Amino acid sequence: MDLTFVIEKFALVTILFAISLVIAMYSTYAERKVAAFLQDRLGPDRAGIFGLLQPLADGVKMFMKEEIVPTNANKWLFMIGPGLAMLCACIGTAVIPWGQDIVIGGRTIALQVTDINVGVLYLFGVVSLGVYGVMIGGWASNNKYSLLSAIRAASQNISYEIAMGLSIIALLLVTNTMSLKEIVAQQHGWHWNVFYQPLGFIIFLICAFAETNRAPFDLPECETELIGGYHTEYSSMKLGFYLFAEYINMFVSSAVMATLYFGGYNYPGMDWVAIHIGGNLAPIIGTLVLFVKIFAFIFFFMWVRWTIPRFRYDQLMGLGWRGLIPFAIANIIITGLVIAIKNF
Amino acid sequence: MESLSKKKKVLIPEPLSLAERLYLPTIVKGLATTISHFFKKSATIRYPEVEREFSTNWRGMHSLKRDEEGKERCTACGLCALSCPAEAITMLAAERKPEEKHLYREEKYASVYEINMLRCIFCGLCEEACPKEAIYLDGPIVPSDYLRKDFIYGKDKLVEAPLTVK
Amino acid sequence: MGTSVFYFVAALSILFSLMVIFSKNPIHSILYLILTFFTFTVHYVLLNAQFLAVVNFIVYMGAIMVLFLFVLMLLNLNKENEPNKSALLKIVGVIAGCCLIVTLIGSLKSVSLNDPLVLRNPNLGLVKNLGKELFGPFMLPFELSSILLLSAMVGAVLLTKKEGNI
Repeated sequence: MDLTFVIEKFALVTILFAISLVIAMYSTYAERKVAAFLQDRLGPDRAGIFGLLQPLADGVKMFMKEEIVPTNANKWLFMIGPGLAMLCACIGTAVIPWGQDIVIGGRTIALQVTDINVGVLYLFGVVSLGVYGVMIGGWASNNKYSLLSAIRAASQNISYEIAMGLSIIALLLVTNTMSLKEIVAQQHGWHWNVFYQPLGFIIFLICAFAETNRAPFDLPECETELIGGYHTEYSSMKLGFYLFAEYINMFVSSAVMATLYFGGYNYPGMDWVAIHIGGNLAPIIGTLVLFVKIFAFIFFFMWVRWTIPRFRYDQLMGLGWRGLIPFAIANIIITGLVIAIKNF
Repeated sequence: MESLSKKKKVLIPEPLSLAERLYLPTIVKGLATTISHFFKKSATIRYPEVEREFSTNWRGMHSLKRDEEGKERCTACGLCALSCPAEAITMLAAERKPEEKHLYREEKYASVYEINMLRCIFCGLCEEACPKEAIYLDGPIVPSDYLRKDFIYGKDKLVEAPLTVK
Repeated sequence: MGTSVFYFVAALSILFSLMVIFSKNPIHSILYLILTFFTFTVHYVLLNAQFLAVVNFIVYMGAIMVLFLFVLMLLNLNKENEPNKSALLKIVGVIAGCCLIVTLIGSLKSVSLNDPLVLRNPNLGLVKNLGKELFGPFMLPFELSSILLLSAMVGAVLLTKKEGNI
């Protein structure tokens, strides 16, 4: 391990962290703007031009608020909760290939922090760990509402993880590898996995909504039933961390969907670009394309939020266990059969 | 039970079709509806910069009027205060001095005229009661303030600006 | 570097597993157990068994421990509603614990120091190789254990059904 390697990776991690934070910040702004436009309103437009400084104003507000820790709360766990939520949200970015290799000064730099050969499973593990932040926070608050919503969050996440895992298995049957780098490389040009796995993609998408606790599956934080959800007792930046983690989760799951099903940095005509423009510019264009896909998904998340009302809890569970899981299993069987017939 | 009016309709819900049970087509329909609103003109008016046009019979802040020569019309008869159902108006009458003839139209005038805007219900009865056509509720929205005492408007805020000679 | 990391992580896992036993609060116990499993994951990574590491991470830390936490949070165990344990239970516990220790010591006696050369294929833990091993030489035990899990699942579903509903 030479020093340049360490510096290179450190720089990449720092950049990724900064990007996820900035995107999360502006997602809060975009959420309000999208909501406003979908409802024939204007949205925040007072701070800066078009309200572009609104996230900064919100951040300052969050920092300046009084920090309250309930008397009977478990102090340590109360603090660990939001931190854990934030951590689990951020580390998902490590295995996503953000672009093709770049050559700087004779050094090939991979735009991926690490290419572990179980990348898909790693992502899956990070997602399953994310629920601890919510559960610990909800329990440590010593509040019945928080506890209830923490339990809701846990059971919701576990239920939808199963369907999500099953839909990924069908995908893995097609790709034959678990390394995200190879999965993306296979989807060169137009060969996006979504065309081979449409049903799997829809199941994955629905599960992604449930795993990020976004509407219509935002039961852990439904205001009308649970006051505020698992973060009822939180204030100041701890609350900010929870809200931030939700948006980073949204960003990461958008990136995962773009990578797994929509070809990551691949786009039609990339060969032509690589030949005629070449150099470092072609991979950078690929990265930009990936971000366009990610933003499209984030927009879709918001669009759905302001369209569909929240599910009832038994409907949520029914959809997960009786709807998605059978479909996912059928998807696996069909995919397996098709592949077996092809290889026969 | 037999319906006496014969108007009762019994609705039997049809079993959901496959498309409805799949739920996705209806979601797509909903998404189409919301995205169509994305491109519509927003109904918001940016209030402090842009103001909505008021209707012609809008009753806003009071103003005490002047006549054609710029003299105050009010003669402090007190009819507005009597007619006020909210007891918002009070005044002090004074006698006009000869050198003030260009300021006040009648020999008696209101030296102090106060309206408590927190009490006022903007019913417009003062306007109707006034025999001299001196008070009209034709102003803008009463602005907000921090202290109760600041809502008692005296003549400095109520009397119309004097006519400017061009 | 590898060995020092191993000793550090091993010390941590022993520490955390002791904390599981000694902490008074059951929720804290579970959280320490989660940390213990996390150190196990690190051990698997040190052994280059990436698949096992991630599966341990997902299944034990991500799913089973969440359910443990879930149940304990719902039960809300604390000192007030803990039933008094009889002396008999304590004696039984001591005997069971001693049996476990005897077994452990017995198995320790037959263990020799680990020879790193035994692991002929260092990439055995990678997904492809592990899959080939599982579905090759170990096909029968693998399938049998999956049938065992399936029967456990069916049994759990049966238990939740009320009688007469079956």
